[in-house]
Amino acid sequence: MPSAEQFEPEIVAFSCHYCAYAAADLAGVMRLQYPANIKIVKLPCSGTVDILYILKAFEQGADGVFVAGCLKEGCHFIEGNLRAERRVERAKNLLDKIGLGKDRVEMFFMSSAEGGRFSEVAREMTERIRKLGPSPIKGG
Amino acid sequence: MLEGSQNVLVLGCGTCVAVCLSGGDKEVGILASSLRMADKVSGKARVFSEHTVERQCEWEFIDEIQEKVKKNDTILSLGCGVGVQALSERFPEIHVLPGLDTVCMGMPEEEGVWVERCSGCGNCLLDKTAGICPITRCAKSLLNGPCGGSSGGKCEISPDTPCAWQLIIDRLTAWGKLEMLDEVQPPRDWSTSHAGGPRKVTSKDQYGGHK
Repeated sequence: MPSAEQFEPEIVAFSCHYCAYAAADLAGVMRLQYPANIKIVKLPCSGTVDILYILKAFEQGADGVFVAGCLKEGCHFIEGNLRAERRVERAKNLLDKIGLGKDRVEMFFMSSAEGGRFSEVAREMTERIRKLGPSPIKGG
Repeated sequence: MLEGSQNVLVLGCGTCVAVCLSGGDKEVGILASSLRMADKVSGKARVFSEHTVERQCEWEFIDEIQEKVKKNDTILSLGCGVGVQALSERFPEIHVLPGLDTVCMGMPEEEGVWVERCSGCGNCLLDKTAGICPITRCAKSLLNGPCGGSSGGKCEISPDTPCAWQLIIDRLTAWGKLEMLDEVQPPRDWSTSHAGGPRKVTSKDQYGGHK
């Protein structure tokens, strides 16, 4: 039973259908363990993630968000992942101004064969957010 | 700017500012969400509501939101300067704040890059300059060719700014019509531009003449 003291981050993972979601699925098939703190939202392409999705995730109580797309030269839609990277950068600047801080959102690239990488990213993000603590705007 | 406000309507516009990705429905969502969260972080509790009208510059469209406006003490407008002023005039008891800095009449030269093309001088000379505006695109608004600062096809103000006159000369040359520039433009009558005061255009057949 989780200790009442330990903060369990809630992290939303916007994952692209072709790579990141497939990697997450593969992690499952490989029976790799990764934290249950991650809530995956599948998108056709990481480039369809809108800044507003990231902001709304935080507004609704997420402690952290990451966007996961294909490897840089491997986006199924050519450059969707590059657009996503630029939007995550913009989101970081906005979150800094808002007072939540740049580090609560991140962009990751991986291939559909990298089940291990997805679980590694999930662990890394969970620990990062655990250290940062709950989102200051949680709980309305 | 929002000091003293308690109920803020973040109001977008669905026309010019929407297509240049500055003040449409989506940008309203981004701004309102950011303001809500920033308030929570700093312990304030202002209420930010969101709406977008088709155009803020037409009475018919802004009249549609009268009831919504009355529930707020402030409108944070993401319309252009025209929209902000139309709202101010229609709702004089409400504080209408400009959420954007309106810059120019321009176009997206490429995705995400907007460039100024028209200064609204009121006396168009694009027929004389191969469709390239020296009033707007020449830093000095020269009318009879480039200055000495034109070098390598670039304006001396910036290596990113093409010399408008170089562009005009190149195009007229390509057309074989460079002699068009032999017609010297006299000192210009600027009274049709903003220098003559705020412009007003009345269309006789459109005006209902009720007043």
